[in-house]
Amino acid sequence: MTKILIDDVEIDVPPDYSLLQACEAAGAEIPRFCYHERLSVAGNCRMCLVEVKGAPKPVASCAQQVKDQRPGPNGEPPVVLTKSALVKKAREGVMEFLLINHPLDCPICDQGGECDLQDQSVAYGRPGARFDENKRAVEEKQMGPLVKTVMTRCIQCTRCVRFVTEVAGVPEIGATGRGEDMEITTYLEKSLTSELSANVIDLCPVGALTSKPYAFNARPWELTKTESVDVMDGLGSAIRIDARGDEVLRVLPRVNEEINEEWISDKTRFAVDGLKRQRLDRPYVRRDGKLTAVSWDEALIATAQTLRAGPDRIGAMAGDLACVESMKATLDLMGALGVKNLDGRPTGAKLGGGPRQSWLFNSTLMGVEEADVLLLIGVNPRTEAAVFNARIRKMWLQGALRIGVIGPRADLRYPYEYLGAGPQSIAALSGDFLDALKAAKRPMIVLGEGALARADGAAVLRAAGRLAASVGIVKEGWNGWNVLHGAAARVGALDLGFVPGDGGLDAAGMVAAADDGKLDTLFLLGVDDAPLPGKGRTTVVYIGSHGDAGAHRADIILPGAAYAEKNATWVNTEGRVQHGRRAAYPKGDAREDWSILRALSAVAGKTLPYDSLPALRAKLIADHPTFGHMDYAPGAADSAGFDPATLGAEGSLGAEPFASAVAAFHLTNPIARASLTMAECARAAASTAHIAAE
Amino acid sequence: MSVRRLSPDQPASFTFRPDVLETAHWWCAKYPTERKQSAIIPLLWLVQKQEGWVSEPAIRALADMLEMPVIRVLEVATFYTMFHLAPVGKHHFQLCGTTPCVLRGADDLKKVCRKRIGEKFAVTADGLFSWEEVECLGACVNAPVVAIDDLYHEDLSPDDLEKVIDALARGEAITPGSARGRQTSAPDGGARTLTDPTLYDGSLATPLTLPNLPETAP
Repeated sequence: MTKILIDDVEIDVPPDYSLLQACEAAGAEIPRFCYHERLSVAGNCRMCLVEVKGAPKPVASCAQQVKDQRPGPNGEPPVVLTKSALVKKAREGVMEFLLINHPLDCPICDQGGECDLQDQSVAYGRPGARFDENKRAVEEKQMGPLVKTVMTRCIQCTRCVRFVTEVAGVPEIGATGRGEDMEITTYLEKSLTSELSANVIDLCPVGALTSKPYAFNARPWELTKTESVDVMDGLGSAIRIDARGDEVLRVLPRVNEEINEEWISDKTRFAVDGLKRQRLDRPYVRRDGKLTAVSWDEALIATAQTLRAGPDRIGAMAGDLACVESMKATLDLMGALGVKNLDGRPTGAKLGGGPRQSWLFNSTLMGVEEADVLLLIGVNPRTEAAVFNARIRKMWLQGALRIGVIGPRADLRYPYEYLGAGPQSIAALSGDFLDALKAAKRPMIVLGEGALARADGAAVLRAAGRLAASVGIVKEGWNGWNVLHGAAARVGALDLGFVPGDGGLDAAGMVAAADDGKLDTLFLLGVDDAPLPGKGRTTVVYIGSHGDAGAHRADIILPGAAYAEKNATWVNTEGRVQHGRRAAYPKGDAREDWSILRALSAVAGKTLPYDSLPALRAKLIADHPTFGHMDYAPGAADSAGFDPATLGAEGSLGAEPFASAVAAFHLTNPIARASLTMAECARAAASTAHIAAE
Repeated sequence: MSVRRLSPDQPASFTFRPDVLETAHWWCAKYPTERKQSAIIPLLWLVQKQEGWVSEPAIRALADMLEMPVIRVLEVATFYTMFHLAPVGKHHFQLCGTTPCVLRGADDLKKVCRKRIGEKFAVTADGLFSWEEVECLGACVNAPVVAIDDLYHEDLSPDDLEKVIDALARGEAITPGSARGRQTSAPDGGARTLTDPTLYDGSLATPLTLPNLPETAP
C-alpha cells in the first residue's frame, strides 16, 4: 500500500492503482471519456487531467500509477490536486477542444439526457464558444442492424475499438486516418459479428453509436426504469427494463459482478420488440379444428374438463421461459390431481433427482476467474451464454486459463485445445490435457445441454462425472462440476423437482404416449422448443405469452405474461435465485401465469392454498428452502459429499458428435423469434456464416 | 491532409512477386513469430514498391500473411500518408508545400505541376506522372524541394522542374540533388566565409611552448 495525498486527504491505496482510481478512492470525482474500468487504458481523451505537485504540467490520471509518483523532498507522500485552478483550466481547455468538432445537435440526438459529454460539459466546460470555423463532418458508417452511427458526434475515445478487440474478441472496429480525420469504422463497413456487439452503445460516451431499434423512440426521462433479470439464457443477467406506458422500449445492463459484469448479449438487449408481436392476448379454445377466442370462464371450464381424465392420462411440461411461481403452481395442481407425468426438461437433458450440485454451475460464473484448467463438453458458450464467454476470454487473455473442448468445433473468440467431437472422447481423454486437469488447483468441467439432451445423455453424464471424479473436481472450497443451462427456467424446474414422479413419463415419453393416444391432456407451460405431439386425441393446453410452436399445436390457449410483465422468480445456472420485476402489464386479457393456474384449480375443485404472490412464495420457500436464499450462488458450499462419478447411468456412449444446444443464437425462444430485430440479426449472421464458409 | 479512403477501383487480387516475397520473408524474420505483425510497415512498403500503391486485396493479403485483423492493417495504411491508397503515376512527385519551400518558390513549382500533370493525385493519360503536396520534407536549406519517386530534387526553379518532367517523359534518367549544382547543402556559388587559404596551410599557427616541459636531451 502506498500513501498519497489527494486534495488534502491522505489515503492508502495499492501501488498499482492509477491516479484516477486513487482519486476516486479519496472521494474526488474525475471526469473521463476514454477511461473505462473494464477496458485497457488509452489515455487519449485527456479529460481526467489532474495536477501532481512537482510535475511540469497536468497529467492524465488514468494513465499514471500511484507507485510512479515522486514523493516530496523529505519523503512526504505525493500530492495530487483535483480541484485546483490549473485543473479547472485544463478541463475547460480539453472540453473546449472536444466541443470544437462536436455538433450541437443534442435536441435530435438519442444520447440526449444520458450523454457523458452533455453532463460533463455542464459540469466542467466553459460557458460559450470561441470557435468560429466550420465544424468537421464525418461520413456515416454502417455497423449492422443494431448499432446506429452518427460519426460526426464521435470524440475518438476508442472505447468501442477496445471493447470489441478485448472483451468481445472480434477485432472488427478500428480507427482509420489520423488527427482531425480519424474515423471509427469497421473494415469496409461490415456488420459487427459479435453476440455482445451492442454493448458499444452503452460504452459510447456520446451519441456516435446509438441503438438502431430504439432510434428516436423516447427520451430517458420519459421512461419507467425497472430493475429485473434476463431470461434469454441461463445466466440471469442483471438488466434494467425501460418502459413507457405499457410498452417496453429497451433493455440495458445493470452491473452484477458475479454474473454479467456490465455486459449483456444482443439478444437480451434487443429481443424486447418481440414482446409486442405474436402475443397471445385472449384465451382460445379449438372448436371444429379452429382456434376460437373465448372468455376466461369458458376457457377455464374447458380446461378443467380435461383434468377429469385419470392422473395417468394427464401430463405437464415446463418450457424454457417458465418462472418458478408458475411451475410451482402447476406442480401443486398436478400433485393435487395425482399426476406423475411431469417434466421441466422438454429437450430431454438427463438431469434431475439426486444432489442439487449435479445440475448447477457449482464453480459459479465468477469462479472461472480462479480456475486454471477448463474443459468444455458439448457446449458452445459463445451462443449459449455469450456474456460468460467474454469472461472465459478475459481469463484466457490474462494467460491464466487453459481451455479444452470436447464437442462442436466453433469459433469461441479464443483459441482452445480441441480434444474430440463426441462422447467417446470423454472416456478416451488422456495425455497432456488430462494431466493438466489432474494437476490443476481449480479444475473446471462444463457440460452443456448439447451433451445431456440426447439419447445417451445419462451415459454421457456418467462418463463426464467419472472423469470429473478422477481429476478430483471437488476440492476444499471448490467444486468444478458445472452444467451450463441454456434456458432460464431449467434450474428452477429441477430445484422444484419438476421431473417425472414414480412411474411417470418424461417429456419424450409424454409426446410418444400422446401420439399413441395414451394421454388425454398435456399441459404445456410455455413449451415451444421441444418435440410436441402431433394432432390427435390429446388435448394440449398451452399457457404462455407468444403464439409460437406450442400455441400452434394447442387446443386450449391460456394467455400468460412474458418475463417483463410479471413479478417472478428465476434461478440461474449457478442456482442463484433472482426476482424479475414487472415493467409493463400483460397484454389484453393475459394474466400472470400463477394466477391462471390458481383460477383453474378453483374451477377444477382443487383450489390451491394461496391467493397472492407472497402467499405462493411463502409456500414455495416452505416446500423448497433453497428458494429462500435470494441472489446467492451456493458454489462449493454444500459440496462436501458430492461425488460426480455416481451421476447419470451406465450405458453405451454413442458415436454421434455433440451439437450445441443453440443452433441460431438470435432465435432461441418465442420472444426472440417474434422480434423483428432478432430476425434481422439472424439473417445477417446467416449471411456472414455463409460467406465465411465459402 | 484530408480524409483518406480506399480507391473505389480495386483489382481483383494481390500476390507478391516471388522476389518481393523473399524480401517480405526477410523482413518478417526480423521479428519474433508471435510479434510478426510488427513487419506491417515494411511489408506495406513492399506492396507499394511492387504495385505503385496499396490496394484493398493487398491489405487483406497482408492481414492473412501477418495473422492480424484486417482492420489493423487498414488503420496503418490510412494513418501514413506515404502509402498511396489509389494508383499513382509511374513517377510520383511529392512537392513540399511548407513555409520555407513556399518562400523559395514552391508555389511556382505547383503551377508547373498543375500545368504539366494536372490536379493533385490525378494521373496523366500516359500513366507517367502524378503529384501531391506534402508537408516538410526536411530539406529546407535546399528549398524548394520535390521528391520524385525516392529521391530529392532540390533548388528547383520552374524551368528546372519542366526540364525534369521533359526528361522523364523521354524516358531519360534524371540526376537527384541540387538543380544548381550545389554540393549538398553548401552555400550557393561556393563558400563565402572561411575562404582564406592561410586558414588551412598552418601558416597562421604560432609556435607554442608548453611550460614546465622536461628539458630535452641534448
